[in-house]
Amino acid sequence: MLYREAGQFKSTYAEDQQIFPIRQDRVAMVALLAVAFVLVPLMANQYWLSAILTPLLIFALAALGLNILTGYAGQLSLGTAAFMAVGAFMAYNFVLRMPWLGVIPSFVLAGLCAAAVGVVFGLPSLRIKGFYLAVATLACQFFVLWVIQRWGWITNNSASGVITAQKMEILGYAFDTPVTKYLLTLALVAAMALLAKNLMRSETGRAFMAVRDMDVAADVIGIRMMHTKLLAFAISSFYCGVAGAMYAFCYLGTVEPEAFNLDLSFRVLFMIIIGGVGSILGSFIGAAFITLLPILLSVLFAGISHLLGVEIPHAVISNLELIIFGSLIVFFLIVEPHGLARLWQIGKEKLRLWPFPH
Amino acid sequence: MNVSFFFEVLIGGLLAGVMYSLVALGFVLIYKASGVFNFAQGAMVFFAALTFVSLVERGVNFWLALVITLAVMVVLGIATEKVVLRPLVNQPPITLFMATIGLTFVLEGLSQLVWGSQPHGLELGIQDVPMEWLSKSTGINISQFDIFASGVAGILVAVLALFFQYTRIGRALRAVADDHQAALAVGIPLKHIWAIVWSVAGFVALVAGLMWGARNGVQYALTFIALKALPVLILGGFESVPGAIIGGLIVGASEKLAEVYIGPMVGGGIESWFAYVVALLFLLVRPQGLFGEKIIDRV
Amino acid sequence: MNRAQSIGESVLSVEGVSLAFGGVRALSEVSFDVREHEVRAIIGPNGAGKSSMLNVINGVYHPQQGTIKLRRDGAWREFHDMDSHEAASMGIARTFQNIALFKGMTVLDNVMTGRNLKMRCNFLEQALWLGRAKKEELAHRRAVEEVIDFLEIQHVRKTPVGRLPYGLQKRVELARALAAEPSLLLLDEPMAGMNMEEKQDMCRFVLDVNDHFGTTIVLIEHDMGVVMDISDRVVVLDYGRKIADGTPDEVRANQAVIDAYLGVAH
Repeated sequence: MLYREAGQFKSTYAEDQQIFPIRQDRVAMVALLAVAFVLVPLMANQYWLSAILTPLLIFALAALGLNILTGYAGQLSLGTAAFMAVGAFMAYNFVLRMPWLGVIPSFVLAGLCAAAVGVVFGLPSLRIKGFYLAVATLACQFFVLWVIQRWGWITNNSASGVITAQKMEILGYAFDTPVTKYLLTLALVAAMALLAKNLMRSETGRAFMAVRDMDVAADVIGIRMMHTKLLAFAISSFYCGVAGAMYAFCYLGTVEPEAFNLDLSFRVLFMIIIGGVGSILGSFIGAAFITLLPILLSVLFAGISHLLGVEIPHAVISNLELIIFGSLIVFFLIVEPHGLARLWQIGKEKLRLWPFPH
Repeated sequence: MNVSFFFEVLIGGLLAGVMYSLVALGFVLIYKASGVFNFAQGAMVFFAALTFVSLVERGVNFWLALVITLAVMVVLGIATEKVVLRPLVNQPPITLFMATIGLTFVLEGLSQLVWGSQPHGLELGIQDVPMEWLSKSTGINISQFDIFASGVAGILVAVLALFFQYTRIGRALRAVADDHQAALAVGIPLKHIWAIVWSVAGFVALVAGLMWGARNGVQYALTFIALKALPVLILGGFESVPGAIIGGLIVGASEKLAEVYIGPMVGGGIESWFAYVVALLFLLVRPQGLFGEKIIDRV
Repeated sequence: MNRAQSIGESVLSVEGVSLAFGGVRALSEVSFDVREHEVRAIIGPNGAGKSSMLNVINGVYHPQQGTIKLRRDGAWREFHDMDSHEAASMGIARTFQNIALFKGMTVLDNVMTGRNLKMRCNFLEQALWLGRAKKEELAHRRAVEEVIDFLEIQHVRKTPVGRLPYGLQKRVELARALAAEPSLLLLDEPMAGMNMEEKQDMCRFVLDVNDHFGTTIVLIEHDMGVVMDISDRVVVLDYGRKIADGTPDEVRANQAVIDAYLGVAH
């Protein structure tokens, strides 16, 4: 009875096309943003801000990028980490060699570099589909990492390929505490999520989904394959690149090429499978889930070992984590292939009727 | 340019390629019979090798351990079919592929949970040393072990090819791979077939695991072998047993040659991506692989 | 039957088209024309090459021989190797035998994809959802809603297409084709698999499209009653060859046509 649309009539198409057509959703969104921007920085401790929330947002952005490519446009990609790496290392280089640019423009340029790499490695998608394409993206993943490891210029000739991200300063204001880093990340991610949502509900998004659902038919009605697929790769890689830059600057601080390995690509893929492919909200839910799950598990096991008075070795916990991850993937694919986002939607549908049964 | 050195590298590469083929064979089997691309094959190799080696280390007789491990792989195959494949039977191939990725993680975690995560050595009685008479007569060094491995692979391929072509079960498997519904219509028991296939794939994984484990040791890195099998499959096609061998040979040889001759010019480490780029270029020309069938899209 | 639009000059000319797939000859030197505002039916036994003919007209298949000529703005343009994208931008829209809708999207989104060639804004403008992009999206929404009203599918506009019954899916496909405001509409068995009521509805819609928008229509249909009722002229294909061409009455009386349908050896 709280979540009722009664009385909310939409008299213009503009009203119908809103991101949140139902008033309760709009209120909830505003409240969420208020909590995220104001309450959290005031109340959360350093650990939560720097080790949980900030990486969660960054991964959400990467998951968003992958979702645009794989979820909306249907092009399976296992090269997410490579695009993030390009973003991270190029951002480092822009800030290093052109410090007058500023942090945000450097991130944007780094994202554009990642987009360029994405377009090049997206070219095979014009001829190859399905998991053949996944293998092509693996080529990208391995090759890009190899280049970063071998090419001295990109790591400023650092001995082991390790780079240290510089301090971020915007208009003279330094962003070097957990709170300021968190707020910067939040602002960027929120802005980019809004852009992505706008994009996916307009013609570009429809073209992506058409190519995903039946590309031959899309071609026949006039949607250009090459343009659409390459645009998907470009936009997706841009998002992953910016996420990678933030990964280095707002979270890790010190980065090595190995941090962007195949495991990371799989992690992001799991986020969108569990969260929901083809859903902006799903990217956030999936990222939250995958980021919080290890913490949940270690808390759980700490509790169990405390209860039983037995020390559970760390190796056991990390192996159990692997097993649970894998099982969850299989579980979600069987039970709800559209992920948690769909379950959320179903929940909202039920909430519209609550407390009445029909 | 030393000719005998070239041959050494070439033959070494070809033989390394045979090892890749061993893993690729498992993929081909499952794909041929159920249309599923089993990303978990690498984890199965690891699991098989680890189980075997752990049993042997605990004092179990070599042959008994082999039998027990095989039994475990069969159980694993049946369980996978029941828990993962059957519920997903009508889903698009991408979904099944992602399910096998999940399965990979489960297997990796399970293997290490049960048997621990330290590396193990695996002794098969054949050393990784050059064959003496060959090096003495021609100056080319080729490992005894590599020859042995290719021999095993060759026998395995021959047996599998014969199996698919001439036995009743083999025919049934090929029928299922072509068209599930039609196979059901003529009375082929789908579920049994899949259980059989996954068990045979488990057996192949065991053989591959033994070979790779003896050569590189049984450790977590073994799971990544599966990734190397992917370019092999692309070149040879996902459904061809001889294709897996030829693909493996091409990948192995070209990788080694590239590393030795092109590598030094660009800083080395080409092996991490060369096979993939070769596969990618190949796909651009022939999207269905060497032996695969052309995909026709109808509207 | 009184029709609002009078039939004009020829707008599509198929000349000597031959199409083969490997060893199979799908079409052999087929020639016919289609006049503006008319409803032209292509009929024939199964495997006669009807769908292939439609596919050649809209650029999905390229004939080994022959040309397709289209009259646009008064001038004839000749095509040997037109691709489907060109055909779409030339004002040709079509529906398919096996429904080619985008199953993951809603009805509204599916029909909106029909407007894709009319959208001018680039993706940056769409991402920012400012001024021009917003206006364009809403203007197209308005146009699409008119099509949705016309075909009476308002009640399912937000439903994912995959969940609709077959008859409604066919209508959505027609809506998508209409959204492109085509001058030539190709319908591949628009009434296949429908019951009597659905067929009557679809007939009514097809005729309404022709009356209301003046769209030239070429349709493939098996139901003889429908063909006789709504088409102005008929082309009959058999084994890839044209065996008759004329009004429904002329074709009905043609011995070759009767033989083809009864399966008389020839």
